Amino acid sequence: MAHSARRDSPELPDFSLLKRLARDQLIYLLEQLPGKKDLFIDADLMSPLDRIANVSTLKQHEVDKLYKVEYKPIVSTSDQLCFLIRPRIQTVKWICDVANADKAAGRFRRYKIIFTPQKFYACEAVLEEQGIFGDVTTDEWAFYLLPLDDDIISLELPEFFRDNFLAGDQRWVRTAGSALHLLHTVYGPFSKIHGIGRFSKMAYESWREQVEEGETKARQAEIGKVFLIDRDVDYVTPLCSQVVYEGLVDDIFRIKCGCVEFGTDVTSSDKRVKVMLNSQDKVFDEIRNEHFSNVFGFLSQKAKNLQTAYDKRRGMDIQQIKTFVSEELKGLKQEHRLLSLHIGASESMMKKKTKQDFQELLKTEHSLLEGFEIRECITFIEEHINRQVSMIESLRLLCLLSITENGLLPKDYRSLKAQYLQSYGVDHLLTFANLKQSGLLVEQQPGETLTVMESKVGKLVNDKAAGKLTDAFSSLAKKSHFRALSKKLNLVPKSDEEYDLRVPRDMAYIFSGAYVPLSCKLVEQVLERDGWTGLEEVTRLLNGHEFSVTGSSGGESRAKNDAQRIVLVMFLGGCTFSEISALRFLGRERGYKFIVVTTAITNSSRFIETLLDNHA
Amino acid sequence: MVSVLTEWTCGGHVGFILDRKRFTTRAPWRILHCRSPDLLFTRVSTPALSRGSLSSHTMFFLPPSDFLKTELYEMSWNLRDGLRDSLVAAAPYGGPIALLREPHRRSPSSRPQLEIYSASGVDIASFPWKSGPVVQLGWTVSDELLCIQEDGSVLIYDLFGSFKRHFTMGQEVVQTQVLEAKVFHSPYGTGVAIVTGSSRFTLATNIDDLKLRRLPEVPGLQGKPSCWVVLTQDRQTKVLLSNGPELYILDNTSCTAVCPPGFSPQVGNIVQMAVSFSYKYLALFTDTGHLWTGSSHLQDKLSEVDTKKTPTPKHMVWCRRPKSQQPSVVLMWDRLLLVAGVCGDTIQFPLEDPCVLVGELDGVRIISSTNQELLQEVPLVCQDMFKIASMAPGALLLEAHREYEKSSQKADEYLREIKEQSMLGEAVRQCVEAAGHEYDPSTQKSLLRAASFGKCFLTDFSPDQFVTTCRELRVLNGVRENGVGLPLTHTQFKQMTLQVLIDRLVYRQFYPLAIEMCRYLKIPDYQGVSRVLKHWASCKVQQKDLSDDAIARVVCVKVGDSPGVSYSHIAAKAYECGRTELAIKLLDSEARSGEQVPLLLKMKRSQLALSKAVESGDTDLVYTVVSYLKNEMNRGDFFMTLRNQPVALSLYRQFCKLQEQETLKDLYNQDDDHQELANYYVTASYREKRLDSRLSLLQSAIDEYNKAKNEFSAKMTEDEMRLLRFQRKLDDEKGAGLLGLSLQATMEALLSLGLHKQTEQLYRDFRVPDKRYWWLKLMSLAEKEEWEELEKFSKSKKSPIGYLAFVDVCMKSNNKYEAKKYVSKVTPEQKVKAHLAVSDLEGAADAAIERKNDAEMGAILSRCSASDRLLIDRLNRARAAAAKK
Repeated sequence: MAHSARRDSPELPDFSLLKRLARDQLIYLLEQLPGKKDLFIDADLMSPLDRIANVSTLKQHEVDKLYKVEYKPIVSTSDQLCFLIRPRIQTVKWICDVANADKAAGRFRRYKIIFTPQKFYACEAVLEEQGIFGDVTTDEWAFYLLPLDDDIISLELPEFFRDNFLAGDQRWVRTAGSALHLLHTVYGPFSKIHGIGRFSKMAYESWREQVEEGETKARQAEIGKVFLIDRDVDYVTPLCSQVVYEGLVDDIFRIKCGCVEFGTDVTSSDKRVKVMLNSQDKVFDEIRNEHFSNVFGFLSQKAKNLQTAYDKRRGMDIQQIKTFVSEELKGLKQEHRLLSLHIGASESMMKKKTKQDFQELLKTEHSLLEGFEIRECITFIEEHINRQVSMIESLRLLCLLSITENGLLPKDYRSLKAQYLQSYGVDHLLTFANLKQSGLLVEQQPGETLTVMESKVGKLVNDKAAGKLTDAFSSLAKKSHFRALSKKLNLVPKSDEEYDLRVPRDMAYIFSGAYVPLSCKLVEQVLERDGWTGLEEVTRLLNGHEFSVTGSSGGESRAKNDAQRIVLVMFLGGCTFSEISALRFLGRERGYKFIVVTTAITNSSRFIETLLDNHA
Repeated sequence: MVSVLTEWTCGGHVGFILDRKRFTTRAPWRILHCRSPDLLFTRVSTPALSRGSLSSHTMFFLPPSDFLKTELYEMSWNLRDGLRDSLVAAAPYGGPIALLREPHRRSPSSRPQLEIYSASGVDIASFPWKSGPVVQLGWTVSDELLCIQEDGSVLIYDLFGSFKRHFTMGQEVVQTQVLEAKVFHSPYGTGVAIVTGSSRFTLATNIDDLKLRRLPEVPGLQGKPSCWVVLTQDRQTKVLLSNGPELYILDNTSCTAVCPPGFSPQVGNIVQMAVSFSYKYLALFTDTGHLWTGSSHLQDKLSEVDTKKTPTPKHMVWCRRPKSQQPSVVLMWDRLLLVAGVCGDTIQFPLEDPCVLVGELDGVRIISSTNQELLQEVPLVCQDMFKIASMAPGALLLEAHREYEKSSQKADEYLREIKEQSMLGEAVRQCVEAAGHEYDPSTQKSLLRAASFGKCFLTDFSPDQFVTTCRELRVLNGVRENGVGLPLTHTQFKQMTLQVLIDRLVYRQFYPLAIEMCRYLKIPDYQGVSRVLKHWASCKVQQKDLSDDAIARVVCVKVGDSPGVSYSHIAAKAYECGRTELAIKLLDSEARSGEQVPLLLKMKRSQLALSKAVESGDTDLVYTVVSYLKNEMNRGDFFMTLRNQPVALSLYRQFCKLQEQETLKDLYNQDDDHQELANYYVTASYREKRLDSRLSLLQSAIDEYNKAKNEFSAKMTEDEMRLLRFQRKLDDEKGAGLLGLSLQATMEALLSLGLHKQTEQLYRDFRVPDKRYWWLKLMSLAEKEEWEELEKFSKSKKSPIGYLAFVDVCMKSNNKYEAKKYVSKVTPEQKVKAHLAVSDLEGAADAAIERKNDAEMGAILSRCSASDRLLIDRLNRARAAAAKK
């Protein structure tokens, strides 16, 4: 497809520096506890840590054994224990239990807790409460950013979403601010910052504060513009089924920290294989942004080319064969291996996704996005529940219905909810409470009266003084205006034209031409206008909190250099691979390079799972 | 050979006319070599001279260098008894002078007076000494006064005489008493050394990080040694002491007898010793009047001079310029000052008054009761320039400029002379450098003017040195002012650094001067003006005579929003002085709300702290305040406070969810939040293992849901209770293992156990929608391959889910035979799909053609393979026919 990137597209900054910084600091921290020690690592830090420092590096710095934090009594025999954890109360409490058990057994050990990316007072308070504050030393490993690929950086904080958008706990916002600060110090100064959403604004403010506190050194900027966006600005996009290759792989096999594990059905052997999915994988790099329907054709073409390359051997003389073996063969073999893996993966996906069920599912999604044949959609969802297809999927469709339709009719809401609860257990009452609170699945309120009240509350919320206490009202204020937005921004292309997925003409291709992701559309519009002027109606529908600030390096120095076309898009609350693909497309079209920074990579299942509250 | 000097006053006109005319008025002083064995000494002083300006110079030659004795100040103080019978301590780098009169007077009726003066003798503080007898006074590197008492305790005062803290040199000293003490400076800070009545030495290398070291015993030492010094070398602090003719080095572990090289024992007992400012050189004076000088490592000897003075000098100090190879030693007796050079020459000056010598980095200050002088080796560049008949480029340039000012063409001659040797750059540099060393502003000016004049004839000459020197001289002249009284030389200033100088000014509360200086030198605000303002404000808030409002206003006006000045820091100072209201007022100006919080908490303004914390957006800070409040307030008030701060509340809720479930309940109760309370009970019920308590929790949930008017949830919870009871019953009867399953899962389990009747019962009791029930039953029967049962079920009534579902499910179980049974029952719209599902292309084609549906025909065609030629033709024909119409 359109790999004909504009020739003047700028080079991306080198983000491996971030890894080096993190590694050096980690090593320094490990050296702070000299001698042999056992290292306990939070389960969800395992993969990120692996990208920074492998086991042998850890061993070099006298880490003896590695354990996963499992909230069980420990078996370590070492006299020094080091804990590498996220600042979570639960984990700290477990460490207290470990230390107190040692105390009771009369065992003396040294304990060191390394919090990453920062420590929270609440954690220290637990240490104090449990009486082991004096027995442990604590440190911070400022590992804010993990580059997953040339253009994707993740904070690896999936809980950011739930904490902020559901529990109203904003402790990670500052972390996001610090992450931005880190990027600013290494790759800044930024010349323009746009954003929308409450937490974007808070993260921006936190970053500003840190900039003002520190000293700034003038340097050549490598990143010019920044766009911050809250996940709740666009809930629709992550709720849709992904049909771009990378997104689909994530939906089906779950990509974890840039790495996927293919099962035996893919590898067509009895081994499971772990594969890194990034731009280093040349085959993957070419298909990751493709609509799935094109992938197969592409792969078979690729296979043919490969065969031709192999075939070159024939009719070579000895000397030529020698050069062939030494220079090309290895690359070909590597390509061959990857190709067969991706073909296997595609086949496996084909089997799952080309079935009628999936087609109908997509059809329903598209109808919902278009606001067309809603009754049929509701019937489909009901049948979906009745047939017990999938707990998560049903919930996802319900949410999509609610968001696009601005809530369910009370009758539908009750009957569907009852069906769901009877099917999957009454404990999902809590899940529904969560979904209601986050505005994802709500009941339509009859009449105009509430709308008036809401707009009042909305105003109150937008008011600067009240801005900080929106919490109580947030569920009320978060009325979805998807339909109006879709019209305003032209998110759903006219369906009467045929959409050729091989030659995408806009970002809608990532959803088979049915829908342009709202989040990416906002980025496009704001970059085009260099601000929010002309989008007043849109921001009103999105509950405001938009901002555009010219950075410190503004003015004349904003020469038309390459850095100004490097745009950092930060998603607070996670983003999907489809969105990343859409931005890459936009970049190719407009001569930008986008760098996506996200609190975590998400997809519809992860998204819904974080909101579950059943006790299964 | 001893050489002679002239004396010169800058305002006076005494001078020897020398051979070449151009020297007559050039230099402020000039030199006359004289082969007299004695010192020719004239002193001319002009009473008309203003105080503080440099009034007189004494120049002399002590081979191989020139020395200069300059008057720094006429002292502003008015000492009745001079410096007699007083303990005096003057800090180097133009530091303050402390004076304790008659330290040994012990009668309580007349306490001795401790007085603190600036180096120019301006009174800073004075107070009666009420503590014990003082053995020694000394200054720390940060201008704090140390008073070492006889009992070994050391009292620390600040420059303004307020007591700061104290420490002791060891408990045993209380018994043995301090005989002598010394304060010394090293890279590690300021140290104190004492020798006690039991002849033992104790050292503290850094008083800010007090570690007492008791040194080993010195063999044969009774009482105090005849003299001793503290040495810092090789990162070790040692004591060098003499006991009669013996010389010992005392370090941490041992006491070693040493002998300086070339030191003959017959020269007598060592009675006085001095170590240079840099600890590099050592001077020893014996009771026979011999002065030995050498390196402090005791490896090299510099010289030995016979002073022919046998009394022990009261004071002995090195006078040396860094990097110079010609150190000299200054010795002082009651009425005599003697300078001894390395070449064995000496010069003597009579003294009218008891004096104090202060060793400096590049010279010696001599303080008497009336004036203060600086004795220095003349810097090389000045020697070069100002020596008689000097042809140094700088000297020529100075003369050229002088002629130029007189509009004389000689200026050109001199310039040519320099230029011919291509030395103009060098000449400018010399003038600039010499100006730096000059103490007198008018000389500085003429040298700098000359330099500036020379610069005009140069291209590509970097003006940096010139500009810096001009600025620095302006600063130095400013701080040398009598009122400020910091007589720093340029060399000292460079060593001390500008930062420290500003700090010293700030410490002495010369705020306006410090700010002017920072602005003048264009120091970034962060390190300059802001820092000064910060200190000023901290000092200002302690001013007792002003109202809170006035101070707050004044501080805010002055400080404004200077970068790097933290209002919270100033407020903290105010709070320390007990001015809480002022602190709060000041905090209002703090832009970063996060900074306000800790102090507000400290001041017990917790409510305010909470709102500030919330404002800051720093959740961690909010949490800090919340946990503080939690301990401080009673529960009711605490909850009420939280209620007004939603952010804090949700944060606390999060915490409770993890840590204190019970508190959570109380929170909801207090707020009458029935919905959340109900949810809480539901959550709790799932943690409960026993059925009856689980049921009772669910009952509570129902009550709360009802109160929250959430009938739906109440109903669902009621159903759950019913279901649980049903499951329990069946588990008891049949051991079905149903407890905790959802309704659907329960029915599924029942069906798979073949308990159709019970399933029916649930279906009816819970009003399960028909559709779901049919789906369930269909799938469950297919799963168990009970095909007959399935057929019967399909005929029990009209299927609410249609019959395509039957076809699909049968096909999923790979039973085409059964699937076909249901194809005929499918509605016409779904017929094609059904036929296709069982791969009956013919049937599908029939249905499609009958329905004349183009899309369906297309769908069939796509499933056809090449062998279905006939079918394809037929479909194509039908399509064409349909299209025609």
